[in-house]
Amino acid sequence: MKDALSLARALCDPGSVGRLDARGWTALIAAARAEQLIGTLAYRLKGLAIPDAAERVLADARASAEHWRRSALWEAEAARRALGPLDCSVILLKGTAFAAAGLDAGAGRAIGDLDILVPRDRLDDVERALLEAGWEWVKPDPYDDAYYRRWMHELPPLIHRERDRMIDVHHTILPPTARITPDAAALIEDSVALQNGLRVLSPPDMICHAVTHLFADGDLSGGLRNLWDIDRLLREYRNDAVVWEALPRRAERHGIAREFARAMRLTERLFGSPIPVVSKRGALDPFYVRRLAARDGWGRETRKGLRLAFYARSHWLRMPPLMLAEHLWRKARR
Amino acid sequence: MKHHFDVRIGPVGFRIGSAWRRPVTELATLYAGYPGPDGGIADFTVRLEPERPWRRWLRPSIAIRGDFTLPDAAPLSLAHGLLAAEMGMNLQMALGQRRFLLLHASAVERDGRALLMTGHSGAGKSTLAALLGERGWRFMGDEFALLEPDTGLLHAFPRLVSLKNGAIAQMESEAAAERFGPRLGATPKGDIRHMRPNPRAIAEMGVPARPALILFPRYGFEAADRPMGASEVFVRLTQASTNYVALGEAGFDALSTLVRRVPARAVDYPDTATALGMVEMLWAELAG
Repeated sequence: MKDALSLARALCDPGSVGRLDARGWTALIAAARAEQLIGTLAYRLKGLAIPDAAERVLADARASAEHWRRSALWEAEAARRALGPLDCSVILLKGTAFAAAGLDAGAGRAIGDLDILVPRDRLDDVERALLEAGWEWVKPDPYDDAYYRRWMHELPPLIHRERDRMIDVHHTILPPTARITPDAAALIEDSVALQNGLRVLSPPDMICHAVTHLFADGDLSGGLRNLWDIDRLLREYRNDAVVWEALPRRAERHGIAREFARAMRLTERLFGSPIPVVSKRGALDPFYVRRLAARDGWGRETRKGLRLAFYARSHWLRMPPLMLAEHLWRKARR
Repeated sequence: MKHHFDVRIGPVGFRIGSAWRRPVTELATLYAGYPGPDGGIADFTVRLEPERPWRRWLRPSIAIRGDFTLPDAAPLSLAHGLLAAEMGMNLQMALGQRRFLLLHASAVERDGRALLMTGHSGAGKSTLAALLGERGWRFMGDEFALLEPDTGLLHAFPRLVSLKNGAIAQMESEAAAERFGPRLGATPKGDIRHMRPNPRAIAEMGVPARPALILFPRYGFEAADRPMGASEVFVRLTQASTNYVALGEAGFDALSTLVRRVPARAVDYPDTATALGMVEMLWAELAG
């Protein structure tokens, strides 16, 4: 297994695993674990005739994913109880949202922290209510704290002192320093209520958020999983004409038309996804594909130079040069 | 990776990759007679790789990585490669095992029934299990005991016995020299020497056993044994388990059933000879 493209193939075409020998299976499992996609893979391959030893590993992964799902929903419920009295929109994001809304993107997905989005003008109330309900600061460092508050799209992370689970409270989906400024008010206004009163983003916004998460908010680490989220969401809504037609316009509104188009090209290329817009091939596309697949059958990161280039680029995209220099200088000095 | 070694320990298959030949040669020698992973497909991958690229040649330094990795684990020297591989396998089990409730305990078997011993490091659980394994019991493991939630059965995990400090000389007088690995001096855990379990432990490692007695040994006290309340046994076993929380409800059910069905005793002992006698007596009295 030279790179993670065979993992991508196994995900979108489960029948392709029929060709694997023992070494191929071990490699596939290691790469899927490293890309945080083992639970997803396990759900995709469920019911296929595969070797017993691999089936046992995948059955364990499904049990783990079910445990993550249950804990994530319980954590969301804890947040609902803490924030309910505030009468403010609490929007679940990413994995927890997929699980709570019962979307296919949530099947087997690893879910870590609880991510929520609230209106910026309610941030102080939300923070106070969470502190009262037993959440505590993780980062006591004053520079980090001030940095988060001034420049980030979220509060400094809070952790619950009894359940040891982290919550990230966002007021938008990208840092204010980024060159792109999504329309946070529109995200909140168009969000959809779940039965318990918590909310999730509207389907087009959910896909737009997955796109920003893939490109603008990081260095593409975990990118394959983020791209898989996009593929699953696209398939979930492919027959919903309203969502389908709204998508490109929505991406435009959030200022991510270019990133959206690129994500569409990449997910079509790697996962054969149905896509709502066809765009001209970008000059950097092959680099993105190579970066997304930079993982070998031992679970090791490969293509170090390319990884570094994307890492540098992610910081470049996130903040202006002078600010970046100062930030890295401070980080390096401690 | 350049060099690799595959092995099955009890029900768990491992693939260990290494940037250097030496750890893999040592593993192959010491794990002689062990089968490979079931169907050739490993449950877990361990990687022994240079901590930094140049540390492959220059003062070689082994970083222990794999499917599951601790971000701030201290690297080991190449001379301690065998220990690195063992720690890597333990790490995968501790962080990644979900099929079994993992108890940090040693276990031996007789007549299809298992004796579990757990306690703080230095309590002697490892040495006692290794000695019992040479004296008529089947050695099931000195580090992890694997409790299967669906059946309540205990599965063996007879990896190499990791003998520390004083226990090394004690076992050297019990077992053939060819079963021992190199003596590893000045490791983070003191002096260590690995010992291959005897042929029976390896041949029967796929055979599970019904738990029949749980002991909490403590070395360095006058000989005494005390019954323990079920709640205390339960809490101490949750502390001895690395994946109790991750298993959720299944873990709770498995552990509470174990505690309800199996008698437990705290055992203080001044020396191993006394301990072995106490174990035999408690077993005759309680495990019937």
